[in-house]
Amino acid sequence: MSSLLSQLRLASLPVGAQALRAAVKTFLASALGAASSDVRARSWMGFDAGFSRALASRGWVGVTLPAEYGGANLDAFDRYVLVEELLAAGAPVAAHWIADRQSGPLILKFGTDTQKAFFLPKICRAEVFFCIGMSEPGAGSDLASVSTRATPRDAGWVLNGQKIWTTNAHHCQYMIALVRSSGEREDRQAGLSQFIIDLSLPGVTVRPIRDLSGDAHFSEVFFDNVQLANDALIGAEGSGWAQVNAELAFERSGPERIYSSIVLLELWIRLLRQNPLGQLQAAKVGRMAVHLAALRNMSITVTAKLALGESPVVEAALVKDLGTEFEQMVPQLIEASVGVDAQGELEAELHRTLAYVSQMSPSYSLRGGTREILRGMIARGLGLR
Amino acid sequence: MILEALERVLDDHCNSAAVRRIEAGDRAGPLWDTIEQGGFLDILQPEELGGAALPLPDLFPILECLGRHCVPLPIAQSIVARALVGAQATLPPGLVTIANRLQGTANGDLVCVRTPYGLLADHVLTHDGNAMLLMPSAGAERACIGDPRNSMATLTWRNVAPVMRLAGDEQDLSAFTAAMAAAMLSGAMQQTFDMALAYCNTRVQFGKSIGKFQALQQQLSVMAEHVLAGAIAAECAFRSNGLAPSALAGAFAKSRTSEAASLVAATAHAVHGAIGMTDEYGLGLLTRRLHDWRMSYGAEDHWNQIIGHHILSGSGTLVDQVRDI
Repeated sequence: MSSLLSQLRLASLPVGAQALRAAVKTFLASALGAASSDVRARSWMGFDAGFSRALASRGWVGVTLPAEYGGANLDAFDRYVLVEELLAAGAPVAAHWIADRQSGPLILKFGTDTQKAFFLPKICRAEVFFCIGMSEPGAGSDLASVSTRATPRDAGWVLNGQKIWTTNAHHCQYMIALVRSSGEREDRQAGLSQFIIDLSLPGVTVRPIRDLSGDAHFSEVFFDNVQLANDALIGAEGSGWAQVNAELAFERSGPERIYSSIVLLELWIRLLRQNPLGQLQAAKVGRMAVHLAALRNMSITVTAKLALGESPVVEAALVKDLGTEFEQMVPQLIEASVGVDAQGELEAELHRTLAYVSQMSPSYSLRGGTREILRGMIARGLGLR
Repeated sequence: MILEALERVLDDHCNSAAVRRIEAGDRAGPLWDTIEQGGFLDILQPEELGGAALPLPDLFPILECLGRHCVPLPIAQSIVARALVGAQATLPPGLVTIANRLQGTANGDLVCVRTPYGLLADHVLTHDGNAMLLMPSAGAERACIGDPRNSMATLTWRNVAPVMRLAGDEQDLSAFTAAMAAAMLSGAMQQTFDMALAYCNTRVQFGKSIGKFQALQQQLSVMAEHVLAGAIAAECAFRSNGLAPSALAGAFAKSRTSEAASLVAATAHAVHGAIGMTDEYGLGLLTRRLHDWRMSYGAEDHWNQIIGHHILSGSGTLVDQVRDI
């Protein structure tokens, strides 16, 4: 069999990780209160700094970071359980989400001692939030063509350019951006570096962009002669592309690529249970449960590779592509079930939630790498490119 | 070790020429005798019964291997039948297949519908809702269902008594056959994928191998996703320490692999073009099985319905229920 497929064998969550689940459930039951499903459906697009700090006070932000930096020193499996519960409940995790998932681990892996000592404890206390500066007006799927440039000057760097579609930039203190630090556009992946940019510096302008649902979950960010200190550079100059790719395995394989429509699906099931004719939808419910169960187990197999310190970039792309297909299938199938009779007391809430999820669902297979880019990566993993 | 030994037997006696011979009606070849005499049918049996006491998780790759080789005989069914019967009785020699249910008709006949390998098997292990029964094929009227090369049949008995009446849980039987068919589907899907990938790497059009074209790359990527989803779902059913897979896990495994099977078969044919449509090339041996095994022991709609009823009848969240699968 193709080596890509034979390398991914079933893994299970260890018993230790499962023990965390009950504690997280208890916390969420009291912390979330009675938020309605259309609010919960925003989940990792839902920004609530207070919630993130409450979570941090339990030690559940930056969970995989070492204790010396304030982290919980938990492994990838523990994080899986925590994240799964947060997403299943539709908790507003956007504030700390990026820092917990990838900025913290990136700083731990590539940062200097000074950078680690400065940022990691603040991340774990949910005092600072991070965003990821990748896309630009001229660099979407073709990420290597970024043209924002950091130029060395006076033992530091001067930054000029623009990022766009940056999730939550207007709520974050820091951005980790992929920019050109040497060479020219034709050099492609060579000459790119990652910088930690303090978004309060002079010359930085952050402008939220209103999305089609009426929210403003993403922004455009302008850099006009922004003076960066030398230690704004994270990792080695010119290694940005490799560092970004290591990050993407974290970004693409997690439960957030399976559970984006879960609040809607759970609400629909509650409504069907109240409805005497609800069992007529059993086959559809069963099909969605089967897809969810398969994806969850696939996602855990990728997590097992992360836990071993591997960087399963292609495997993560595979799970993300299939996962987002499921996430988009959920609102489609639920819309298809709407008839002409009364649906019960949850009807208004269902339709508010459905309206939001249906509108946002195209973004599932855009954010974090488009469907076509991911399939190209899988083809490369299969040896076709 | 059992897996390697089985692989050797199947390479020798279950290659595509042998499969075609058996499908053409010549079941007297060396495949069955080698499997039976090699002790492969007893691998799940405890050591005191002459078996290898193989735990359920280790059965999964064996069944995948049978699926990859397009087995034309009820080898997997015979292995599972012996495990379900256990120490209660020794099954008679010869081919034993499994039908989920024995039903009575209005005029007093007994029927097993759509029985895989029903045209070939000497005995059928089945369940009438009260007990597990071993029915003799010799006394049955066998009606071929579908392509005769698949040897699926509906068997009808008139005034014929079971050879054996045994204790056994009906749900164990249906969960085990579902998981068994899922594992074989998974093996056949992997083999189909490998054929498609190899073909894309060797077939040249417009001056380059067709696998260099983005349109085909994207199709193969999607195919790989579904092959993997099926493999993971099937393997989940064999995580059990019990005698048989759990009812829910068997249902889940069979649903996910069955749904994947049609996409995998269609994509394999799409990338192969006309050559895949020939009898000689052999893709059809695999894709015919993908369709046949998809429908054996319940296709995805059947199992989705059962899983959906279970979820809607419960009270916990879907996420919590799915985690128990």
